[in-house]
Amino acid sequence: MKKKKKETAVVYSQKETAQGIFDMWIETPLAGNAHPGQFISIYPKNEATLLPRPISICEVDEKKERLRIVYRIAGQGTREFSSYEQGDSISILGILGNGFPLEAAEGKNVFLMGGGIGIPPMVQLAKELAAANREAGRDNSNIKIILGYRSELFLHEDLMQYGQVYIATEDGSKGSKGTVMDAIEDNRLKGDVIFSCGPMPMLRAIKRYAAENGMTAYLSLEERMACGVGACLGCVCKTKEVDHHSFVHNARVCTDGPVYLAEEVDI
Amino acid sequence: MEKKRNMAVTIAGVAFKNPVMTASGTFGSGMEYGEFVDLNKLGAIVTKGVANIPWPGNPTPRVAETYGGMLNAIGLQNPGIDVFIKRDLEFLKQYDTKVIVNVCGKSVEDYVEVVERLSEQAVDMLEINVSCPNVKEGAIAFGQKADALYHITEEIKKKAKQPVIMKLSPNVTSIGEMAKAAEAAGADAISLINTITGMKIDIHKRRFALANKTGGLSGPAIKPVAVRMVYEAAHAVKIPIIGMGGIANGEDAIEFLMAGATAVSVGAMNFVNPYATEETIQGIEEYMEQYNIEDIREIIGCVE
Repeated sequence: MKKKKKETAVVYSQKETAQGIFDMWIETPLAGNAHPGQFISIYPKNEATLLPRPISICEVDEKKERLRIVYRIAGQGTREFSSYEQGDSISILGILGNGFPLEAAEGKNVFLMGGGIGIPPMVQLAKELAAANREAGRDNSNIKIILGYRSELFLHEDLMQYGQVYIATEDGSKGSKGTVMDAIEDNRLKGDVIFSCGPMPMLRAIKRYAAENGMTAYLSLEERMACGVGACLGCVCKTKEVDHHSFVHNARVCTDGPVYLAEEVDI
Repeated sequence: MEKKRNMAVTIAGVAFKNPVMTASGTFGSGMEYGEFVDLNKLGAIVTKGVANIPWPGNPTPRVAETYGGMLNAIGLQNPGIDVFIKRDLEFLKQYDTKVIVNVCGKSVEDYVEVVERLSEQAVDMLEINVSCPNVKEGAIAFGQKADALYHITEEIKKKAKQPVIMKLSPNVTSIGEMAKAAEAAGADAISLINTITGMKIDIHKRRFALANKTGGLSGPAIKPVAVRMVYEAAHAVKIPIIGMGGIANGEDAIEFLMAGATAVSVGAMNFVNPYATEETIQGIEEYMEQYNIEDIREIIGCVE
């Protein structure tokens, strides 16, 4: 595993892609180490907001050494990030966490399920699964991308090139009315493996659905973090078994996760 | 030629190569930050608190940011002394730095059990956590009343094979009185400050930001309080003081030394800058260079 580093990155581009949702590419040599489902932490410049903000990696351009992040303004830190322009330098810590186990999808029908601001990590994941298909001489019919939104869509067009996209919106303005679970039902989707990221109620529903349908589900969890490197024990989640680090059923989301096999976590 | 400058300090007979340590709970046992800093360069590693048995800690959210600082209510999650000895102390043996083990408990017996288990181990000092504001039983109950602090210090000193540091809470009326109680009971040193009890409310969700409701405030926001308390404690007792509270760099560290601390710890700022410990050491060196200070001990308590 590559060493984690705090580095200066340079903003390559940024735009508001949906209301309150920002799409930013940054240039950093850390890009070469990134896998789908991992994250970076970004430090606000305002010293009153001290702690780094963990943000999932949306897409990687290894050759150009760029990372793409797509995030929602959730408070002072992300509001500051949204003001950054091309050429601004920012401090980041990375690459953090463990990504999705791509090998679990090998030769399987796989659902990529993203809800709201949990959608971004699905982009690099879909891209790499599609690349694996191409190498193996397969088409992408095994990749089903199921996205849940409140109303306004984002990243769905990026994802269409890698598999069939199914959409659910809470207000029913596009696709199925309801959640990603409604989209599965409406489209009678069947699969073997789920990779997912999104709000806790969605992840709970996926965990239940996977168990009932004999699917293997991986969930990417989110928790309030301080250090991001496994030292402070701020971001733990309850685990079924006593975990190897804490010995008290508390795995660290930042270093043991954020991606977990659904049956391993108590959510 | 560059002058040889002395950064070494001694506390209760233990010699530290420099006065910069890690504040308990912010650095694990060094494993995670070993990726960022050379642990051999640190004056000491002060470990996360360890109890006689594993503690699960508090529910999440356990951390919340506040202006210039953060609240935490981890609740002293730890794997217990058995795992700690086998894993953490084994890990620390590889490094040329002093090891200070932070000890927590819910009763005097709990503390004493851990202290006894550590007696034959490669541990240089013990730091007794009687000041964590985030656990219901024990811990802070011993740290907020002078007579209780005296009693637990005395009991621990009877069994301890290593010098004992009592870590004091700032959530008291008179830090000087608490420092005196620890000294009178035989403590070899004191460390302060632990976190200041605080609260944050998420006004959009109409909920406490922390599952535990209250948490301990740390970071630069508390530094002036910490400096004041170190100064008061230094004037109340003769035993050495390890100062902490919002230290981010060499200049902050110098401030604590001038207030009367013999050594300092970098805490929450490790989360903000994983290189903070090494940079603090470097910053002290630069300060000594700038003012042509040959021995760091010259400035300890230099402001009266």
